Amino acid sequence: MADQKDKADKRRHRLFKYLRKEVLPTAFCPGCGCGIVLNCYAHAVDELQMDPNDLISVTGIGCSSWIPSPYFMGDTLHTTHGRPIPFATGAKVTRPDKTLVVIAGDGDLIGIGGNHLIHAARRNIDIKVFMVNNLIYGMTGGQLAPTTPAGVPTSTSPYGNVEHPFEIAELVAAAGASYVARWTTFHVFPLMESMQKALTRKGFAFIEIRSQCPISYGRRIGKRTGTEALQEYKETAVRAQEAAEMTPEELAGKIVVGRLAERDKSEFTANLRQLNDEIRKKDAGRRPEDWSIS
Amino acid sequence: MDRTGYDRVLKAIGKKQLFAQGDEAYAYGALLAGCRFFAGYPITPATEAAEVMSQLLPRIGGAYVQMEDEIASMGAIIGASLAGVKSMTVTSGPGFSLMQENIGYAFMTETPCVVVNVQRSGPSTGQPTEPSQGDIMQAKWGSHGDYEVIALSPNSVQESLDLTIECFNLAEKYRNPVLLMTDGEVGHMREGITLPDHGKYEIIERARPSKEPGDYIPFLPESGKVPQLADFGSGYHTYYTGLTHKPSGLPSTDDAEIHTQLITRLCEKISDDTEKLTRVEELYMDDAESVIVSYGITSRAAAYAVKMLRAEGKKVGYLRLITIWPFPDQVLRRIGESARRILVPEMNLGQIYYKVKEAVGYNAEVIKLPKIGGIMHSPQEIAAALKE
Repeated sequence: MADQKDKADKRRHRLFKYLRKEVLPTAFCPGCGCGIVLNCYAHAVDELQMDPNDLISVTGIGCSSWIPSPYFMGDTLHTTHGRPIPFATGAKVTRPDKTLVVIAGDGDLIGIGGNHLIHAARRNIDIKVFMVNNLIYGMTGGQLAPTTPAGVPTSTSPYGNVEHPFEIAELVAAAGASYVARWTTFHVFPLMESMQKALTRKGFAFIEIRSQCPISYGRRIGKRTGTEALQEYKETAVRAQEAAEMTPEELAGKIVVGRLAERDKSEFTANLRQLNDEIRKKDAGRRPEDWSIS
Repeated sequence: MDRTGYDRVLKAIGKKQLFAQGDEAYAYGALLAGCRFFAGYPITPATEAAEVMSQLLPRIGGAYVQMEDEIASMGAIIGASLAGVKSMTVTSGPGFSLMQENIGYAFMTETPCVVVNVQRSGPSTGQPTEPSQGDIMQAKWGSHGDYEVIALSPNSVQESLDLTIECFNLAEKYRNPVLLMTDGEVGHMREGITLPDHGKYEIIERARPSKEPGDYIPFLPESGKVPQLADFGSGYHTYYTGLTHKPSGLPSTDDAEIHTQLITRLCEKISDDTEKLTRVEELYMDDAESVIVSYGITSRAAAYAVKMLRAEGKKVGYLRLITIWPFPDQVLRRIGESARRILVPEMNLGQIYYKVKEAVGYNAEVIKLPKIGGIMHSPQEIAAALKE
C-alpha cells in the first residue's frame, strides 16, 4: 500500500511537495480564484528555491486564508479574524531571519483588520501580504464588504450598495509600504513574478490580487462562472503606466494592475536591531551607577 | 535563566534595592523570568510598565513594540511566543476587553504568555486613574466558549515582582495564558523592593519536542496533559489554528468527539491541578469564628481590620487569595466548615463573593462588602461590617 501511495505521489505535479497532502482536495468552490493564487504562490516559492523551513505563513479568517492554511506546507499560524498582521509582527520581530507571509482576504485585512494593515505598512516591517480581493464576504455567503462596488446587491445590501469601496493598494502605498502591486487571477505570470519580488525585497510588501468568487459574488452580478470573471479581468485591466495618463472618467470600471509603489525605506526589525546594538555599545562604556532607569 | 542573563537584567535595572511602583515591578519580574518580547498600548494606570520595558528590553537584547491597539498587542505576544520567546503585555480594563478574543486563541493554541491587568474602575472608560477589582469575573469568562485561565493577584509591589515571575513559570509549564490581576492602587503605589538573587526562583522553560519532525505530534502530550511546543522555524512545520483541531493540529470542525476531547484536555490541564496552583495566605485561622476573605489591595485593609478585631478579643481570621483562578474551592469549603461567618470585601459590587458562597454552601453565612468608585475599603469599615 505504502509503495503504491509513493508511486502515486511521484506521478503528481512537482509543486505537490509544497502542499499538505492529508488535507487535499481543497474546500474551494468550483471556479474560485483561491486555487490560482495557491498555484502562483507555490510557483514563486519554487522559482526562488526557498527552504520551506524559512517560511512562516500567517492567515486570518475567510476563504483565502485557507490558501496557505492548511494547504501550504510549513509553519502555519491561522489566527483570529483580521489579526494575522499583528501575530506576524510578533513572530517576525522574534525571528527576523524568517520570511513571514500573510495571505488573507479583503474582509479580513481591510474590513475588520484595516488598522493593522496601514500600521504595518507605516512601520515597513518585513512582512509579505498577499491580499485576495473578491469584493465580498464569501465564506459567510456574500455579504457587503468594504470593497464591494457601489450599487452591487449583496445579501446585506439587497437594494444595492450605498457605500463607496476602498482602493486598498493605493491606501497601503500611501501608508508607506516599500512595495505595492495589484494583479488579478487572470495575470498569473506577472502575479508570480510580483510575488517573487515581494518575497525577496526587504520591507513591507503588499499585493492586492483581484480574484473571483462565482458562488457568493459572481451570481449577483450575472457572472456565474470563474471564466466570465477572468474574461472581465482580461478586458478591464489597465497597466499602471497607462493608467497614469488616463482621466478618472476613462478609468471608471477599469482595474489598474502592475507595480503601484516601490521605495527604499528602512525596515522595522532592522531598525530595532540597530537600536539594540547602539544602546548596548553605549552601555558597555558606562558604569552601572549611571544606568539609572528613571 | 543562566547567570549571564540574570546579570545582564540586573545591570540594566541598575540596583537590587529599589523604591518602585507596582507597574515597574511587573516589568522587572518579567525580565528576570526571561521575558524578551513586550507588545503594548498606552493605558492608565498601566502605562509605566510599557515605559520601563521600552527602556530596558533594548538593553538586554529584547524587543519592545508599541502596537496600534490592544488586540494587536495580544496577537503580537502570541506570535512572538510561538516563535520561541517569552512574551508579555500589560493593560487595564478597556484594553483587557479588547484582548479577550485573542486570550481565547492563546488558550486554544496552548500558547504560553502573560497578561497583566492593572484594573481600573469600569465599566467602559469609567474612572481611568482609580483602582478597582471589577474584572475578576471577566478574567475567567471574558472570552467566548469554555476555557480555563490561571490568574494571580498581588497585594504589594514586592509581590508584584515575585508573582510576575511565577506567572511566566506557570505559563511555560501549562502552555496557557496566565493573568496577573492587579489594580491601579498596587500599580501606582511605591514601596521598597529587593530584586531576588540569582537562583532564588526556579525559572521554568516550556518543554520542547523530544522527538524528530515527523514523529512529533504537536497536540498530543507525551505525558500528562500538556504537549511539547516546537518553535516556529525549528523545522517542525507546526500548524496552529483557533479552530477545533486534531492532535496533528489540523482542523476538524464537525466532529463532536474531537472537540470534546480537545476542550476537556485543555480545561483539565488547569483544573486537575487546582490544588497545586492554589496559593493563599492565612493569619489567625486556628480558632477563627469569622473570616475575612480578600485578595489584592483590599487584603491590606483586611489584615489591619483583623488585627484591630483581635486586639478587641474577637476571634477573626484572615484569608488572602493569591490564586484567583482556578478558584481554590477546597480551601473555602474547609473554612466554611469551621467558621460561622465569612466576610468578602471587594472593590466591585460582588464577584468573588459568589464563588465563596458557592464553595461554602450553607455551612456558614457569607457576607459581601462591596465598594466601588475608586476608593479603598478602610480597615474600620471592614471591622464594622463584622460587628453588625
